[in-house]
Amino acid sequence: MTSTTTSSHLGALLMAPVNALMRVVDIPLRGLQKSTGIGGMAAFFLAPNMLIFGIFVLLPLFINIVYSTTGGTAFFLSERSFVGTEQYQRLFTCTNYLDPMSCQEDAFWTAVGNTFWFVVLQVALMILVSLVTALILNRDLIGRSFWRAVFFFPVLLSPVVVGLIWKWILQRQGLLNFILYEIGNVTPYTWLTDRNWTFIATIGVSIWAHMGLYTLILLAGLQAIPKDLYEAAEMDGTKPARVFWRITLPLLAPNLLVVVVLALIKAVQIFDEVYVLTGGGPGTSTLYLTQYIYETGFASALRNPGLAAAASILMGLVLVVLTLMQLGLGRKNENKGKR
Amino acid sequence: MQMKSILAGAALALMSTTAAFAGDVRIMWYSDGVEGDVMKDLVGRFMKENPGINVILDNVAYSVIKEQLPVQLEAGNGPDIARVTAIKDLSKHWLDLRPLVKDAKYWDENYGAQADWMRPDGSNQISGFMTQITLTGGFANKTLFEQAGVPLPGPKATWEEWAAASKKVADSQKIFAMAIDRSGHRLTAPLLSYGANYVGKDGKPAPLDKGAKDFMTKFVGWVADGSFSKDVWVSAAGSTYRAAADDFINGQLAFYYSGSWQVANLATKIGNNFDWVATGSPCGPAACTGMPGGAALVAVKYTKNPKEVAAVMDWFAQEKIVKEFSERTLFLPGNKSVVDKGGLDFKTNNAQAKAALTKYVEATKSTSETALKLPGWRWSDTVYAAIVTRVGQTLAGEMKIEDAFARIDADIAQKVKDAGQ
Repeated sequence: MTSTTTSSHLGALLMAPVNALMRVVDIPLRGLQKSTGIGGMAAFFLAPNMLIFGIFVLLPLFINIVYSTTGGTAFFLSERSFVGTEQYQRLFTCTNYLDPMSCQEDAFWTAVGNTFWFVVLQVALMILVSLVTALILNRDLIGRSFWRAVFFFPVLLSPVVVGLIWKWILQRQGLLNFILYEIGNVTPYTWLTDRNWTFIATIGVSIWAHMGLYTLILLAGLQAIPKDLYEAAEMDGTKPARVFWRITLPLLAPNLLVVVVLALIKAVQIFDEVYVLTGGGPGTSTLYLTQYIYETGFASALRNPGLAAAASILMGLVLVVLTLMQLGLGRKNENKGKR
Repeated sequence: MQMKSILAGAALALMSTTAAFAGDVRIMWYSDGVEGDVMKDLVGRFMKENPGINVILDNVAYSVIKEQLPVQLEAGNGPDIARVTAIKDLSKHWLDLRPLVKDAKYWDENYGAQADWMRPDGSNQISGFMTQITLTGGFANKTLFEQAGVPLPGPKATWEEWAAASKKVADSQKIFAMAIDRSGHRLTAPLLSYGANYVGKDGKPAPLDKGAKDFMTKFVGWVADGSFSKDVWVSAAGSTYRAAADDFINGQLAFYYSGSWQVANLATKIGNNFDWVATGSPCGPAACTGMPGGAALVAVKYTKNPKEVAAVMDWFAQEKIVKEFSERTLFLPGNKSVVDKGGLDFKTNNAQAKAALTKYVEATKSTSETALKLPGWRWSDTVYAAIVTRVGQTLAGEMKIEDAFARIDADIAQKVKDAGQ
């Protein structure tokens, strides 16, 4: 009893300055609420966040748009000349968009094409692999926690480390060739200089690196499905495939949607691990959009920040569309749930 | 009273920190071989002799120098001093040391020959000095040639003769025949030997000429028939630099075309594993030239401590320091007095390295006039980048060599236009 009283006294003592401060702050806040109403108060409290968002998101976006309307190689805006939409025109000057070599900026359209195919194939395979892994990990396996950790571990790695690990495995004198030679006396193959294998490698490596996160999301969705539905299906003698199509998949749809959209956005932004693994080669077969922007803006012998900014604005538009798609589908699902 | 003591302590700490920053000189440095260790040792000695100046040596990868430093400089930042290879291209960012160094005459006499390589056209600025003069050239794996029973081609052998001999060695020893670094600078040497001239009458880049087209066509053919390894060239996109040194060090190459800066690297890593020799540059119809170049230590004009920077540059540019640096790193010196006096005692027991350095010194005599002009030409890096990008795509099977020629010309023209905006 005595100790409770002592601690409550101590609490009151510690809170005293806070309370005093609150009383001081309360006076202008009451005044503000009277003059601006509840809406004004919401704006007041949101202002710090909006300020940070404005400085770190909107301002750079605005600056990027301005850059995309300027030309030259200088980085300071004051040293750059206004060229209007010239950078966009340059990106879109093309005889046939399906043949990058007919375009003025052939590297841009090659990167767009590569990114498109990468997104289509990687996202489809990512969903499939993550779903299968989640279904397996949802079963009563021996050492289930260990396996979950194993699949999640690559997510914790830096993309550069991921790229280096796979480079050491896939290079001519790498681990894969060593194993193939030891097992089957197979002549070492240059996986990273073959156009087709390299493209496949970038897809495989990115799936390996990111599937852990998506598996975890799907696993959470699987565990949220009520067990009694499965018990009822079992009592009815429903076949496992039918259970999957009629119970698991429909109830997993909201999680799948999140995974699809997240995977799509991540795939469009692919850069780090591929840059380390292949450098965009052989030729330009694994040159993706983010690398094109990086090289145009920063790495080439004579940089063109304006062109890089224009390309990044276009890429940003694609990401906006994908995000709106996510929001739209998310709301649709929500409304379905309410009905 | 207590508050006053705390404030006084904080002020003292702040003042001492500021004082430390005032004397700091940060050097951004990259290494091809052992020069990072030598530099670290020399920096230590400098600080002992000059206790008021704190030199911080940042050892970075070459890619940082190539890709990140230019961006820092464009933004008005960067280190106080840097070791760079894009010396002319970035010359607008270098500090004019002329009013700051102890004896500008010493600098003019000893480093004047390469001063134009690192200053804006038309100025008499002292920007820094060459830490090494380099020359591109070949290395042959003598042991593999002997094992294959193929004689090493002679000193005036052509690129065709080297390609044929290396192919025989490769077929016999199940290795790669030849490789050349993925670099426009490296590829320029054979192009010049075939008669190429990049510089137009107006000083701007000229369209690719017959000499350039001839060698590039041969090079693509040699890669297709296996005389040249394509691994290095297709292992990246764009103008990214890649060296093929590891393949040579691992005994996987009969002939490797790179340059004098590799001597220390090869001597250290190959050791006694096999015998190798420097061959100089193979000949073409027009010349047997290598491409000169090198790395320069330059002062950056955005430094807050120009006096300290000049003191550091003065110390490192001394004849005795340059001599010691060259002897320990096995680099060809850029100081005229050191070259003229001769007697460099390269610190290596490796007879192959010593012979290679002698070979490179000899090879400087056959360097063509055009080759000597290119390091000081503003558009060199632009041309190199366009060539690497398009030849790389051709080797990867993305375009025909004729299309690559057109693209190289268009890329260069576009870059010249961009630079003028």
